[in-house]
Amino acid sequence: MKPRYSIFSLARNAMNYHKDWERAWRSPVPKKEYDAVIVGAGGHGLATAYYLAKNHKMTNIAIVEKGWLGGGNTGRNTTIIRSNYLQDPSIAIYELARSLYENLSQELNYNVMFSPRGVVMLCQTQHELRAFQRTAHANRLAGLDCRMITPAEVKEIVPIINDDPNCRYPILGAYYQPRGGTGRHDAVAWGYARGADQMGVDVIQNCEVIGINREGGRVTGLETTRGTINTKKIGVVTAGHVSTIMDMAGVRMPIESQCLQALVSEPIKPVIDCVVMANTVHGYMSQSDKGELVIGGGTDPYNNYSQRGSFPALEHTVTALVETFPIISRLRMLRLWGGIVDMTGDRSPIIGKTPVDGLYVNCGWGTGGFKAIPGSGWVFADTIANDRPHPIAEPFGLNRFAEGRLIDESVAAAVAH
Amino acid sequence: MLIVTCPVCGAEGDETDFHAAGQAHVRRPATTDPSNITDEEQRDYLFIRHNPKGLHFERWRCDRGCGKWFHAARDTVTMEFKAFYKITDLPPPELMAQAKGSWAEYFASRNQPEIKA
Repeated sequence: MKPRYSIFSLARNAMNYHKDWERAWRSPVPKKEYDAVIVGAGGHGLATAYYLAKNHKMTNIAIVEKGWLGGGNTGRNTTIIRSNYLQDPSIAIYELARSLYENLSQELNYNVMFSPRGVVMLCQTQHELRAFQRTAHANRLAGLDCRMITPAEVKEIVPIINDDPNCRYPILGAYYQPRGGTGRHDAVAWGYARGADQMGVDVIQNCEVIGINREGGRVTGLETTRGTINTKKIGVVTAGHVSTIMDMAGVRMPIESQCLQALVSEPIKPVIDCVVMANTVHGYMSQSDKGELVIGGGTDPYNNYSQRGSFPALEHTVTALVETFPIISRLRMLRLWGGIVDMTGDRSPIIGKTPVDGLYVNCGWGTGGFKAIPGSGWVFADTIANDRPHPIAEPFGLNRFAEGRLIDESVAAAVAH
Repeated sequence: MLIVTCPVCGAEGDETDFHAAGQAHVRRPATTDPSNITDEEQRDYLFIRHNPKGLHFERWRCDRGCGKWFHAARDTVTMEFKAFYKITDLPPPELMAQAKGSWAEYFASRNQPEIKA
């Protein structure tokens, strides 16, 4: 057991100029065989492995990752956490995740910097106002702590907002989740990786899957760039690359991979202490602890695996936010990047079994996966361990597309999650 | 930013002058036999997508030019357009030869439409 992080370990290591910190996780050589292998060491994959080990005592497992852990969409999102979705199945899984975030730092002994600073979702058209009122009623029925707020309350929470009633998209109100907020995305991945590693899970980086071995309709192992790994259970959690991995097992997916961009400004003094989402004009913004404004928008409208987005989509996002927050108009932007998101037809994830025995999939989180990481890992681990969908995961099965049982979140999600 | 050329009117512009509309050459099962399609066929038509990392056949519309729909073949990694062709046309033969799965089946069957009994 590795030493816990604490004020004492911090003080002790400060004496040595922080030169003696232990590595947070090992870099093991892949074994010949595991009880289960997770493909993809992003937040969802690492959380899955963590809960497989913790809740289901499966410690002879591995996570294989073609790059470095947390280097995909986990490290590329805008870290928004909320659970005020429209449909009951979505509320159940996103609220499970949000409530797990509340104690995640203590659970992992790793500061994930969960900050329930409040999420304000602006209503800028009559249609949007009514759509959010509907969501508010659905959420109240489900027991979520969310409410509609007036334009005056919006101005009080977000003083920098443009409250001119004569602008193109005036603020008519907002839908407010006080216990939503942000977290530190890298820390979530690192915390889960460290926690899983301590329980004996092998986190294997720089190990790309190049084939899925099957025999008589069930999986027998993986071909990777670091050799063959035998296993009877494979959980695929590869976001934008899920179609390419599932192709190796002959399973076609209802997924399109698109690029979603985000950017941060130069650091400034605190101006906004919550998350604001402006879905009508396509943009959302919060401020990081370093003072950078973290900005995101909608996806590019075409398939893309290049992790580089298009300039018009970015310009559209920035235009929208300058309109909403005029004081940011002269800020310079520091960095921008793109991630490849896996979009489903109904904008809800896919979690569960596949037509191949022993092959499980967790994907389709599209533009809003970060907020769901703990809940997604929790139910997916249960699904893999017991070879049947967890009750919360059940509505999100791959079979819903043939049964016409869609979980339509394209309205609630609007531009982004 | 993508630079698109309309194969109908010849207009060239960036992606904002056009509208990207997803995967092309998807066969609608109800066209051949509306009374006898399975849930799986309907699912494949509505939701299942090739989503390749590489050559992708897709539909576009010339929004600010002639307004016509057309086809394009594009690489989803390099983002390079390989061809633009009309909505009733098939891709150039060398690109058809690279197609896989249901795209390949579709191209092979285009001259002999399959009617289900």
